[in-house]
Amino acid sequence: MPLDNPKGQSFRLVGSRPNRPDGIDKVVGRAKFGADLSAPGMLVGKVLRSPHAHARIRKIDIKKALALAGVKAIVTRDDFKEIEGDLRDVSRNVMARDKALYDGHAVAAVAAVDAATARMALKLIKVDYEILPHVTDVEEAMKPGAPVLHADLFTQGIEPTPKKPSNVAKRHEFGHGDVAKGFAEADVVVERKFKSEAAHQGYIEPHACLASVANDGQGELWVCTQGHYAVRNVCASLLGMDVSKLRVTASEIGGGFGGKTTVFIEPVALALSRKAGKPVKVVMSREEVFRASGPTSSATVWVKIGAKKDGRITAADAVLKYQGGAFPGSPVDMGAMSAFACYDLEHVRAVGWDVVVNRPKQAAYRAPGAPISAFGVESVIDELAQKIGMDPIEVRLKNAAREGTESSYGPTYGSIGLRATIEAAKAHPHYKAPLGPNQGRGVASGFWFNFGGQTCVSLNINIDGTVALAVGTPDIGGSRASMCLMAAEELGIGYDQVRTIVADTSSLGYNDISEGSRVTFSTGMATIQAARDAVKKLCGRAAQMWGISPEAVVWENGHAKPAGANAGDFPPLSLADIAKVAANTGGPIAGHCEVNAEGAGVSFSTHLCDVEIDPETGFTRVTRYTVIQDAGKAIHPSYVEGQYQGGAVQGIGWALNEEYIYGADGKLQNAGFLDYRIPVASDLPMIDTVIVEVPNPGHPYGLRGVGETSIVPPLAAVANAVSAAAKVRMMEIPMSPPKILKAMGAAHRR
Amino acid sequence: MSKIRVSTTINGDPVEYLCAAEETLLDVLRDRLGLTGSKEGCGTGDCGACSVTLDGRLVCSCLVLGAEAEGRQVRTVEGIAEGDQLHPLQRKFIEHAALQCGVCTPGFLVASKALLEKNPNPSEHEVRFWLAGNLCRCTGYDKIVRAVMSAAAEMREGR
Amino acid sequence: MVQVVLWGSLKSATGGATTVEVEAANIRELLSRLGENYPGLKPQLDRGVSVSIDGKIYRDAWFQPIPPGSEVFLLPRLAGG
Repeated sequence: MPLDNPKGQSFRLVGSRPNRPDGIDKVVGRAKFGADLSAPGMLVGKVLRSPHAHARIRKIDIKKALALAGVKAIVTRDDFKEIEGDLRDVSRNVMARDKALYDGHAVAAVAAVDAATARMALKLIKVDYEILPHVTDVEEAMKPGAPVLHADLFTQGIEPTPKKPSNVAKRHEFGHGDVAKGFAEADVVVERKFKSEAAHQGYIEPHACLASVANDGQGELWVCTQGHYAVRNVCASLLGMDVSKLRVTASEIGGGFGGKTTVFIEPVALALSRKAGKPVKVVMSREEVFRASGPTSSATVWVKIGAKKDGRITAADAVLKYQGGAFPGSPVDMGAMSAFACYDLEHVRAVGWDVVVNRPKQAAYRAPGAPISAFGVESVIDELAQKIGMDPIEVRLKNAAREGTESSYGPTYGSIGLRATIEAAKAHPHYKAPLGPNQGRGVASGFWFNFGGQTCVSLNINIDGTVALAVGTPDIGGSRASMCLMAAEELGIGYDQVRTIVADTSSLGYNDISEGSRVTFSTGMATIQAARDAVKKLCGRAAQMWGISPEAVVWENGHAKPAGANAGDFPPLSLADIAKVAANTGGPIAGHCEVNAEGAGVSFSTHLCDVEIDPETGFTRVTRYTVIQDAGKAIHPSYVEGQYQGGAVQGIGWALNEEYIYGADGKLQNAGFLDYRIPVASDLPMIDTVIVEVPNPGHPYGLRGVGETSIVPPLAAVANAVSAAAKVRMMEIPMSPPKILKAMGAAHRR
Repeated sequence: MSKIRVSTTINGDPVEYLCAAEETLLDVLRDRLGLTGSKEGCGTGDCGACSVTLDGRLVCSCLVLGAEAEGRQVRTVEGIAEGDQLHPLQRKFIEHAALQCGVCTPGFLVASKALLEKNPNPSEHEVRFWLAGNLCRCTGYDKIVRAVMSAAAEMREGR
Repeated sequence: MVQVVLWGSLKSATGGATTVEVEAANIRELLSRLGENYPGLKPQLDRGVSVSIDGKIYRDAWFQPIPPGSEVFLLPRLAGG
């Protein structure tokens, strides 16, 4: 749907900051999350997980466990059909088949009368493993002679296709022009190789679900998820059920960030319930979340950029190697596509290698793939600026992509807000603030595609003229408030006359997952369209009541009015007036929209970061941070700011402290919040935000998704700041204190 | 093994329950008493989502045994509001958009209330360090800190 | 006729060309023709692709018209988090 008014928009409600409608429940402890529901006769389900990084599963003996009093069902690979096609890898991740592919891989599951009995039963399951050599490092996995995970994985994207299997799933390449020619024209070239460790989305709520399958095969699933329709489809396939037999309800979700866009324990809970004939609740422990849900890739990133003395980039080249865990499909393609997306380049290339290793299968994490490549690219831009003797913001302005630029991943940009964010950074008081000893400042820009997708809503007019809006996208960031704003705006009624709920899969048509920064854009577009549909119908009812033609009725300020003096002299009818007699004028009044939303606008962001390093310990603190990002149109500015701040802080954590640490035995060493150190309140300053609004021509209100772009610049913004403060280029994240000390010491010795 | 009988007071009301020796207070609150406001984020005292007060002292209920509540006063998030009157902290959290997913919010409310009862005029620094035991992954803490300072200011005026 | 730009690693299926021409009025026809003319592309097409028409990315819309003269790119299937 195109922008309503390209010349400028004024809104009555959109852009204001009312209280969110679901806020009260969340501050009094009434809101129900994944683990908060129970059912009569409920059993507790627990999963047995491989203690080995790589092992053939020869035999699973469940006899003793099954005989334990209180155990009602046990499932293993024998309870799940072999699946080929799209869902093959997901099904093998949910329950191992011939091999355990990572420390934590699910091997069996038990449903028992209580947690203690279930845990005892797990101990009684005897698994005969043949331990195999393992590999957890991406570059090690690419070497000839590395232990091979899948005998049927042959590298795609290279000519000729290899005859021997390896851990290299695919080669991707993007770009245009001729980088060799471009480098030949450069006065200055910077080439660096970077390394980033795997991080976890770190949502505070572990995966949890309550499954109930009756004897007739009808199933109900309560689950914390970003996409209950997708969960329904995948679980139905894995369990051999018709989709219509499974009803999934999305609970409130305690964080997802992409990590809850797939399934882990849900098919297992359903299988246990089906076998036991009772409801089964499965909740992951925090340790299981780290070991066996979906962290990001770890990666190496090689970047080479050449520029003229005046700062104009002549060529940019990158090679990315990402491991996606035990199954193919890391986001290296998106990392490669987004790597140089901020720049207007004639010669650009990005090559990506997708590699498998003995680690949990990677799942999406907020702009998947992009933060890692941006870390490399934005660091090199910073170094290039230094070499040329130019301000890093000026270098970015000189090369920034704009409307009409051929992007590094192909399509030509329409109206975009990158330049506006860089100019705003330049003008921001943060950029001019003086720095003290051991302090450094970093700048970085970033990009994310943003998506649309399958979306539908049902907007129902209640008997008193209030509105019930049912959407199908779980609320992961406060979107219900935005939907209420948009519906109320369109209908001309008060914000608190609209109530938005997230419907279950039986109550509303299919909706794609809440991901890709798509919800405010897509569900918002559907809401606006449904409201306009309702308005048409309301006008139709008014026309009937007045005995005039529907074309002669207009909707203004929440009322139906005759279009002009000629149409008739009727006092306006409010929503409530028309709703009250709906039964008499044709029945219930509702607006609908079922759409595959297209036209999502890309979002750019520029961050400023100041750090201070303690030269004795390497301890590094962020002292000031500013996020400047293009939102197109901020529907509810407080929640837009919230996305900016949240993404930035996740990036700060990844840059300074967060990493998956594997031992030589291939086991995860830090599967808990003590040693997987996410930022805490005392680590941080206030996170300042600037909302830039360059309207997206593809949305009636001009809005762009904002949820993901904010995590793309921080890895480099922090790295550039640390590099400035430490006076040495940091090439590995996280930049934990020992690594900073080491880098400073090495530089000092040189 | 036989269960232990516990008599305690939760949010001002007398409560009795049976629990196993190894059951935590968090397990009891959530699974036996239906008080699911306190959340389990980690089970090891690292995230603070299970924060309650025990005789006025801020604790992680996942690190307290159900049996240890005998004869004590337990306060959870469900006991912060008084009837239909929200506590200033609860109102400010909503006004300042200090919650996104909301799963850490109960822990933050209990912890912030305990802070303001001890120190009605904390600096930003003091608020951040007091709340360092409560993890939030959505907000970056900015709006949480603002909400707590704002609630503190309102409560000081009210006195 | 529509000019389609393919991402670099698909070159091997088109004999080295990153830009190919096919007769197509909408996305579905585009993908069918590409698969017919360049069988090496079929596995990727079956797995799923996104199509960009004049800068707008479409993930599933078969009958999205491709106006003559538009800039068309074939991209991997994209998803977020």
